[in-house]
Amino acid sequence: MTNFYGKGVCGGIALGKVYVADRERRHIRRIGIKDVKEQLGRFETAKEKAREQLSHIYEKALIEVGETNAEIFSIHMMMLEDEDYNESVINIIETQKVNAEYAVDVTGENFARMFANMDDAYMRARQADVRDVSQRIVSCMSEGEEKEGEMDDNVIVCAHDLSPSETVVLDKSKVLGFVTSHGSSNSHTAILARNMALPAVIGVGDKFLESIDDGDFIIVDGYDGRIIVNPDGETIEAYKKKRQKDLHKKELLKNLKGKENVTLDGRKINIYANIGSAENIGDVLYNDAGGIGLFRSEFLYLEREDFPSEQEQFEVYKTVLESMAGKKVVIRTLDIGADKQAEYFCLEKEENPALGLRAIRICLTRPEIFKTQLRALYRASVYGNLAIMFPMIVNVWEIEKIFSLCEEVKKELCEGGIRYSENVEIGIMIETPASAIISDILAPRLDFFSIGTNDLTQYTLACDRQNPSLEQFCDTHHTALLRLIKYACDSAHKNGAWVGICGELASDTSLTEEFIKMGIDELSVSPSQVLSVREKVRSIRIE
Amino acid sequence: MKSFTYVIKDETGIHARPAGLLSKLAKKFSSEIMIEKDKKTVNVTRLMMLMGLGVKCGDTVTVTVTGDDEETAFEEISEFFKRNL
Repeated sequence: MTNFYGKGVCGGIALGKVYVADRERRHIRRIGIKDVKEQLGRFETAKEKAREQLSHIYEKALIEVGETNAEIFSIHMMMLEDEDYNESVINIIETQKVNAEYAVDVTGENFARMFANMDDAYMRARQADVRDVSQRIVSCMSEGEEKEGEMDDNVIVCAHDLSPSETVVLDKSKVLGFVTSHGSSNSHTAILARNMALPAVIGVGDKFLESIDDGDFIIVDGYDGRIIVNPDGETIEAYKKKRQKDLHKKELLKNLKGKENVTLDGRKINIYANIGSAENIGDVLYNDAGGIGLFRSEFLYLEREDFPSEQEQFEVYKTVLESMAGKKVVIRTLDIGADKQAEYFCLEKEENPALGLRAIRICLTRPEIFKTQLRALYRASVYGNLAIMFPMIVNVWEIEKIFSLCEEVKKELCEGGIRYSENVEIGIMIETPASAIISDILAPRLDFFSIGTNDLTQYTLACDRQNPSLEQFCDTHHTALLRLIKYACDSAHKNGAWVGICGELASDTSLTEEFIKMGIDELSVSPSQVLSVREKVRSIRIE
Repeated sequence: MKSFTYVIKDETGIHARPAGLLSKLAKKFSSEIMIEKDKKTVNVTRLMMLMGLGVKCGDTVTVTVTGDDEETAFEEISEFFKRNL
């Protein structure tokens, strides 16, 4: 078992037999000739043939990889017609009285060198295109038809480098992935591979090709850029599992991206994502979430020496709002205490932190911390569709107090001539039994509820969720819990508020149907679960 | 003869794709269409040389159109720059 590392340019896992597609750059001999006309004629005929081939490849690529990527082959066709290129070939044949193959090869190399010397990585990668075109013309000139090696099924193509056209003409039904010892991630090969969704690793180094042979078994991990030659049984099993998971996920992506979250009988629900930092936005968009249902702002406060400034927070909120481009972003204010601690808050040690001074309780006892966050949030509100959510609510007066602080902040911003949005939705987490039970009293004051099922479970069932020996007592489908959720949901709807779920239960697909029947408007789950929940929603019939 | 100066705004500059399109467009006209960057001048119909010019975002180029159909050519070519580059 040997490992090789390169650069993964297309994610995915492939296990299969090696097929060495290494057509060493054919050595082209310089042959003196007498009949210049004959050579010019051969060049013209070969060009004609190359043009036909390219137009077929273009058509094939158009279907397989789309117009933008297929465009490179129409550029190959234009290179074929390029005046300077043609003049150079003709000139070499005429003045040096040499064979057409040689003239084409030299010309191709000259242009390739021009690109190779440019200071732009993209342009440097174009040398592969010029060489590809020249090689095509040369092979069109060779007498005997080129015999393609017969390929076995399920192979991983290994080569020094693959030209764009070689990549496209590969019989994809037999290819599982590919590995090249050279090549750049800017090359069209890499781009096309990505579009064909073939696992690919490039730049593995020359040693790799020396140590493999046709028929060797290898694993390609396009995520880590890792190649394993002749892996042992255990490794194969592990990678087979990894591959299954990966395939399932891709299948979901392919089938479900861009689709609506709608039941078979037309009931729609929003599926949003939970995130803990601005860095997760890529995952949110990739998995096609409709918005952010829970942005845990406490990460801004954790693992640091002092409070984050208003400006610092503002920048982060602004980034998230702008990246989501008008989709809803629900930001939860500071939820610290209990299992999440930061030294500089100087919180006293508590006997029972889960029932202690935490979340909104800290904010309301230390309003200076809270107001800094509120100011940052309101300042950011003009950059997108912001909703603010407050955690750990138990009393009506807490909401009244929050509103008066919000008003203070808005007034200060107004006086300072700083803009904020008037359309910021205000909601609370329903994560204590109290808030669920008085949800009918809370709802008229709010735009939405978001049910935090993790805390709601632990407080309702009196089960510490971090104690593994309580598992049999901690039934997350407990009737008490579902009744509280249902009650909160009804209270919200009676008062024109919307209601979501942002805890673990939101991604529990055995409950999705029940939640939809209750009338839950939104489920917020981790980005990687968005599509599996969507899959579930689309399979449900309510009536 | 008509000419215009243009600062490239497209992030990728005159790469393969826009070069191909520009080259194709220029071939429609009988006028000679030249592009100059840093005192180097190439004919726009010559794709490889055009790519070889290595025009990047922020570069200033001067395009000169000379010939019978220079009015239309000038219009269409300058429109192409505005829209694509």
